[in-house]
Amino acid sequence: MPAKFNGLDKSTLAKRMDKIPSDLYVTCPYCKQSVYHQKLGPFQECPHCGYGFRLGAAARLKIVTDKFEAFDAELAVDPALVDDQYAEKLTKAKQHSGLPESVVTGMATIDSLQVAIGVMDSNFMMGSLGSATGEKLTRLFEEATRRRLPVVLYTASGGARMQEGLHSLMQMAKVTQAVTAHGEAGLCYLVVLTDPTTGGVTASFAMEADITLAEPHALIGFTGRRVIESTLHIKPPADFQRAETLLANGFVDDIVARSAQKATIVSLLKLSQGGA
Amino acid sequence: MSENAAYDIVQAARSQSKIDSYTLINGVFSDFHELHGDRLHGDDPALIGGVGRLNGRPVTILATNKGRDMAEGQATHFGGVSPDGYRKAIRLMKQSTKFNRPIVALINTPGAYPGVEAEYGGQGEAIARSIQTGLGQPVPYLSLIFGEAGSGGALALATGDEVWMLEKSTYSVVSPEGYASILWRDGKLADQAAAKMKLTPSELLAAGFVDRVLPEVTTPETLSALTTQLDLKITALAKLPVAELMAARRQRYRQF
Ligand SMILES: [Zn+2]
Repeated sequence: MPAKFNGLDKSTLAKRMDKIPSDLYVTCPYCKQSVYHQKLGPFQECPHCGYGFRLGAAARLKIVTDKFEAFDAELAVDPALVDDQYAEKLTKAKQHSGLPESVVTGMATIDSLQVAIGVMDSNFMMGSLGSATGEKLTRLFEEATRRRLPVVLYTASGGARMQEGLHSLMQMAKVTQAVTAHGEAGLCYLVVLTDPTTGGVTASFAMEADITLAEPHALIGFTGRRVIESTLHIKPPADFQRAETLLANGFVDDIVARSAQKATIVSLLKLSQGGA
Repeated sequence: MSENAAYDIVQAARSQSKIDSYTLINGVFSDFHELHGDRLHGDDPALIGGVGRLNGRPVTILATNKGRDMAEGQATHFGGVSPDGYRKAIRLMKQSTKFNRPIVALINTPGAYPGVEAEYGGQGEAIARSIQTGLGQPVPYLSLIFGEAGSGGALALATGDEVWMLEKSTYSVVSPEGYASILWRDGKLADQAAAKMKLTPSELLAAGFVDRVLPEVTTPETLSALTTQLDLKITALAKLPVAELMAARRQRYRQF
């Protein structure tokens, strides 16, 4: 057989594979299958298991809303709370996410329905809850209460922002108050928990909505797996903080794939307009 | 604050000689009746709930509980509250409104219990509802941190009209060990972290997170002095029209 028809030996093949841009293929963080990037489609969902790959706020808004107008687009943390190490992290986060903070808030229309919307972005310091994050979310609920609009919030967060100390912790109380006032006005708050939603965000506004949706296989919990492992020296089950587990245990209303979210959100909000 | 001064307070807040929750409750209140259970799932001994009298006035009492010995410590997860505990607190907070009983919360917890069962039980949801319920009750509500107060697990009971601390106590978003290991990748730098974190009563008072710092309670005299201070504040809060009480509470948390 002529040599040119021989298959490539393994090492040559491996070398060639290395030259294929790695972003052509991605590994699904949930089912670990390799997926041709273009196969993820406009909703960035794993074709094998339905996991929604992490999205930045801009990409998310594009999928969910028809029109969007930002609030407080420049609002950022008070420089008095920022030391050198934190400043460096903030600079990196801004470059990485293209955002000044971990949440984008504003007014949107979803199919012609007016809503106030917030989208957290895990590309900004893992979506951690800083004082500017909390202020933007508080203002979002306050503005929605004034305008008598429902709130749609996409959460994605590693939890409190350690660098801000108690300033971060207090955001949990501050946003909660605004959620309560919005609810007392008879208005609907719908949350979509996305991968990951953990820590202080889970222990406050992520768990205070009238309607709680989650994305398939999203990690949702309070205490991080590693903290449990190192404190108790046990290994929690693989799926103990996945959306499906929370659904089974009664903490999520439904799991909705991205392709169905727009229609589901609009329908649920229209069914929840009869408040005081 | 210097490394030693801050870390000394961290260690004093965690010390075995720190007053335990039942001694504190029985020293400050009279006629204490413990009320058990969340009416949903169970009874968490890490959260003591009950009713009693503060200088004669009926109040609702909530206290985290580290336990007085090893056996109690294991039962209470050394003060790590589980969802059942927060839901007991929520139940009693709501009841305090029905009977117009002010709420006094006594806090000494390293944080919510970091367990698998706690996660299955909705630890995040339980803390969220405890924060929300506490903020929403139209009765005077005082939170006193008397040891450690760690993270959301402490905030669940620290949304009062005022938040007070004893001199040897701390309040922080994460433990100094956690801060050092997360931000500096070295948990052994806890003393340096403690100095940086502004978790001591005097620093928190200056920053406006805490309204008052009180001397340690160790003796019958100091317990009785604490009773007097709590009673003066609850009496003043109880005189406010409800709308004013609630507006002030909203403002207290809106400012952060
Ligand atoms: Zn997959």
